[in-house]
Amino acid sequence: MSPHDHDHDHAHAEIAPSERPGYYDIMETAVRELLIDKGLFGADEIRRQIEVLDSRTPALGAKVVARAWIDPDFRARLLANGRAACEELGISFYDDTQLIVLENTETVHNLIVCTLCSCYPRPVLGLPPDWYKNKPYRARAVIEPRAVLAEFGTVIPDGVEIRVSDSTAMVRFLVLPRRPDGTDAYDEEQLAALVTRDAMIGVVPASIAAGRS
Amino acid sequence: MVNFTHDASGIVLATGEAPLFRPGEAVRVMTRAPVGHYRVPTYLRGKSGVVESVIEPAAIDNEEEAYGRNAGSKRHYYRIVVPMTSIWPHYAGSPADNLRIEVFETWLERIQA
Repeated sequence: MSPHDHDHDHAHAEIAPSERPGYYDIMETAVRELLIDKGLFGADEIRRQIEVLDSRTPALGAKVVARAWIDPDFRARLLANGRAACEELGISFYDDTQLIVLENTETVHNLIVCTLCSCYPRPVLGLPPDWYKNKPYRARAVIEPRAVLAEFGTVIPDGVEIRVSDSTAMVRFLVLPRRPDGTDAYDEEQLAALVTRDAMIGVVPASIAAGRS
Repeated sequence: MVNFTHDASGIVLATGEAPLFRPGEAVRVMTRAPVGHYRVPTYLRGKSGVVESVIEPAAIDNEEEAYGRNAGSKRHYYRIVVPMTSIWPHYAGSPADNLRIEVFETWLERIQA
């Protein structure tokens, strides 16, 4: 039996440490070990927080959006206080950040970016995609949002106001996309399946074609 | 001029407890370049906008916090609206397009609209 002998059909390199840790890897390890040595927290708490983050996915945000589409009272509470409305659905926030939910309408299209780093509504969407963290998106979303959106296939008519929210402070944002036409007969679960991560960042609309099957 | 030191019941508020700016007020992001941790993007310094909303609750000053100097002092963040055309002279898009961002109180000054 070879060290790498399991039952799947794609080739990949043997999983083994192949690179020396980088500068920031070493710094992270050093700071983490110091904090543990000083008793500020333990390894269990670190693992627990990783489990918290791993449990968050765009399916949570999709559930929130679908509920807002079918329940006008919930939608009103969501727009008034995003965090409290998500907590109603059992989605905890685990830190001090607030959530502002930005509603797309016939006349307003919202787009979210963090030009400084990668601020993102992690409690409801999980980890951000790589492109969200990379400099081209972060710089261009505030300079030429219409060109960036067009590259995602989203062409916004001139008559629609674009609002770019630069998420750099204490608040996180979630876009409430427009409910697609032709979904009157959909139930809440079917609606949630139409809501993608990218629609909740504001780079694409929610659509029947783009939804998760 | 609104007196921000009292509320209707006559209770005197501590400095920084009540928001300094109200929705609809015109403000400018200050042009400063402090050494250390700050979160106001460079592209917005010196730009003018309008307060959309006051972010509650008041929060500690990240710039001071980064040096362990906050001493419990809190002020408000304000969500402001800045027209894209005033940030980028050659902005390609509708004149209605705008940028929205939360800026800490110490970075804003009131201006005439």
